[in-house]
Amino acid sequence: MIRIITFLSTFLVFTFGSAYADPKKVGFIYIGPPGDHGWTYMHDVGRKYMESQLGDSITTTYLENIPENADAVRAIRKLADSGHDLIFTTSFNYMDQTHEVAKDFPDIKFEHATGYIQADNVATYSARFYEGRMIEGHIAGHMTETNTIGYIASFPIPEVVRGINAFYLAAAKVNPDIKMKIIWVFTWYDPGKEADAANTLINQGADIIVQHTDTYAPCQAAQKAGVYAFGQASNQEEFCPDAHLTSIEDIWGPYYAARAKAVVDGTWSSGDTWDGMDKGMVVMSPYNNKLMPASLIQEAVNMEVGIKDGTIHPFTGPIYNQAGELVVPEGEVAPDGMLLGMNFYVQGIDGEVPQ
Amino acid sequence: MNLDLILGILQIVLIATTPLVFAGIGELVTEKSGVLNLGVEGMMLVGAVSAFIILVITGSYFLAFFVSILSGIIMSGLFAFLVLFLMSNQIATGLALTIFGIGLSSMLGKQYIGTPIDGLSPWFFVIFSFLIVFLVSYFFYKTKAGLVLRAVGESHNSAHALGYSVIKIRFLSILFGGSMCALAGSYISICYAPMWQEGMTAGRGWIALALVVFATWKPERVLIGAYIFGGVTILQMNLQALGLRFPGQFFSMAPYVATIIVLVLISSNKLRIKLSAPASLTLPFYKGR
Repeated sequence: MIRIITFLSTFLVFTFGSAYADPKKVGFIYIGPPGDHGWTYMHDVGRKYMESQLGDSITTTYLENIPENADAVRAIRKLADSGHDLIFTTSFNYMDQTHEVAKDFPDIKFEHATGYIQADNVATYSARFYEGRMIEGHIAGHMTETNTIGYIASFPIPEVVRGINAFYLAAAKVNPDIKMKIIWVFTWYDPGKEADAANTLINQGADIIVQHTDTYAPCQAAQKAGVYAFGQASNQEEFCPDAHLTSIEDIWGPYYAARAKAVVDGTWSSGDTWDGMDKGMVVMSPYNNKLMPASLIQEAVNMEVGIKDGTIHPFTGPIYNQAGELVVPEGEVAPDGMLLGMNFYVQGIDGEVPQ
Repeated sequence: MNLDLILGILQIVLIATTPLVFAGIGELVTEKSGVLNLGVEGMMLVGAVSAFIILVITGSYFLAFFVSILSGIIMSGLFAFLVLFLMSNQIATGLALTIFGIGLSSMLGKQYIGTPIDGLSPWFFVIFSFLIVFLVSYFFYKTKAGLVLRAVGESHNSAHALGYSVIKIRFLSILFGGSMCALAGSYISICYAPMWQEGMTAGRGWIALALVVFATWKPERVLIGAYIFGGVTILQMNLQALGLRFPGQFFSMAPYVATIIVLVLISSNKLRIKLSAPASLTLPFYKGR
């Protein structure tokens, strides 16, 4: 009997207690599992940070492993139908799907990661990961002995191409002999295939592996083969301590908390956010002092300072495209518009961006 | 091209293709007995996660593979019970098994994601994969038991009339298929990419299924087909890395396109279908009719 009373009272407190507080529901669409220790993992870390900051004023939900096709429409619609107030769709190719659902739910706020199309109730946000790529490129230019860099790329979207270019420009600046070998694997998430690509690049002479895919398989392959690697999205040092130089970490928490707070306060408005190191959205993992000389670590740290205060920009002219045309004149930096739509390699990179 | 480079490519191809061979040959034996099990991907994932968990807990590679194969037997045993005794639809049950396997493996592996382990050298399994293909081939075409298994797949009523236990033979074939799929999964999580990640088989189960059709239900051709599928993937990576212009998207879908082409070729001629696909594939067997 006591048990029944306890149950009933808990039930009442939960139903009416929460109804009284009226917490806002925040939903997330993830492309992979939160346990990938990469892209989705960091969004999930951001989600948890948001929960810790806003406490009882919000509740959060996430749907994981949502493919970037019509399934995404169903998933987003499901969140919208179940009374969510704010929905984050955390992959570039959810763009059309997000807008399709957003049209039908004008009162629900949507946030589309790495997108570039906004609407009254759809904001976009991204991080300037290319700032981190510049630092990685600088380090790679110094650390490579074979002058060959292996780059594992996922899909030919501006985000990835921009990273390749930023990396190459910085690497070629310190080491003009540098060569980039790029493999497009056409997946964000396939540990086996990522390892194959890393091994293929190492087999072709690359002694530094860079990845723009989501698992730590490439770093692990590098560790096994005795070459260096950069991790992706989160600090991956524990999986490949003898290979890992640093990682670019995506820190979404503060942004998520701020946007959710805006919904709670009723001040949310659409817009485009593209923050970098200066706002703490892009952070470099601790540089590996067992592998890198202290002077190089210092240079990397100085670069971070320069990027934060705006004196260093990864895309500072003169920059030429592969055809030899000047795309960014000397003394100028590439405008955000060019960066957002970047679909060409800069001069010096072999091959073509797949169409 | 120097020799080291070519040897390196060969190594990567061998390591990458082995799970396809295991899963493909397992599914082939199941289908030869007249049962289509679409649960390959699910069984691989459960096999992968159970091997990983046991390795983390006990540190024993032997136990890891043993338990993994056991998990494959349990998963496929469940499937066998449903389709052989309860006569459930094989296609629906197989799909359900895959969905179940994806969910079960995610749930079991949740707290093991990101646990670092020492990977095992793949070479024993690479050699074993070749061996198993030739053993299966020998079994099918040189032993009486193999002939009976094929007979059950071609015409279960005739086999039954001759006094063979259709249910028992199919049950064992399904269990063999399940254990091979689990072995493929554990190879992936212990040797190929030593880690546990949700859904880490990334569609290889479906490629294995396509492979059986591509191989027109012949064991040696499973081996050949697997190496064509695996080799093409690695080859295009090498061409990309050499800076050649290459449509990578095309090669991601190549296995499926090749399978469709083979299907069209064999189905353009009724005789060819008869010679290839087991005639009783997916048909339920009702004893005493």
